[in-house]
Amino acid sequence: MTAQWLLVGAVVACTACADLLQSHGMRRGGARWKVPVSIVFLAASFFSFTQLLRIADLSFAVPATAASLVVETLLARVVLKERVGWKRWGGAMLAAAGVALLAL
Amino acid sequence: MKARALWHTAGVIVLNAAGNFALSMGMKRAAAGAGPVLALLEPAAIAGIILLIAWMLLRLRLLQIADLSFVLPITAVGYILNAAMGAAFLGEHVSLTRWAGAVLITGGAALTSLTPEGGAEMQRQDPEAGRRKGEAA
Repeated sequence: MTAQWLLVGAVVACTACADLLQSHGMRRGGARWKVPVSIVFLAASFFSFTQLLRIADLSFAVPATAASLVVETLLARVVLKERVGWKRWGGAMLAAAGVALLAL
Repeated sequence: MKARALWHTAGVIVLNAAGNFALSMGMKRAAAGAGPVLALLEPAAIAGIILLIAWMLLRLRLLQIADLSFVLPITAVGYILNAAMGAAFLGEHVSLTRWAGAVLITGGAALTSLTPEGGAEMQRQDPEAGRRKGEAA
């Protein structure tokens, strides 16, 4: 069970890093080098996901990786300084509650 | 909504679920001694990867003909579909709490993506936006 959650963590962290780098790199004035680096993180995320599927149920693996929604919403607010509306926070909280249910 | 967009949407949802399903089957079929990379050479895993590439390409095509605010919430149903395929075809035991979790996650993903696009944020991130606005005035 611990290995499953470690792999979920790896998928979520790599996906969040990739999206953050892509979002930042593609913006006007953004550092373009971040886009190719994001591809490395995407590849790492997919590889971690394949390893997760090896040891975990499909019905657990796919929903659990939705925790990236929560992490990315937080990072969008903190790192990218985006304005995050109540709907987006609410959605992230619902997803977090869903992932918490998977842990039970 | 055009029928073409609806067909594309259905295709995106099905390809994602089928790709994850095949990948999951392939990874579990891989020999215990096979390393993490060698396991990906299992035929079902290769099929899963091909289906997921097709999913990504069809999703890009869908984004050309439909709004992102339509695509993201409706494709979030894939979380439930993946759980259903695991239960139906892989013999996984999906408990009530896991179903509830998948439903909450789908709702959360849909609600998150229903948020209007951040035009104000994009302008704030664009250092020239203020100057251009001033020139236009």
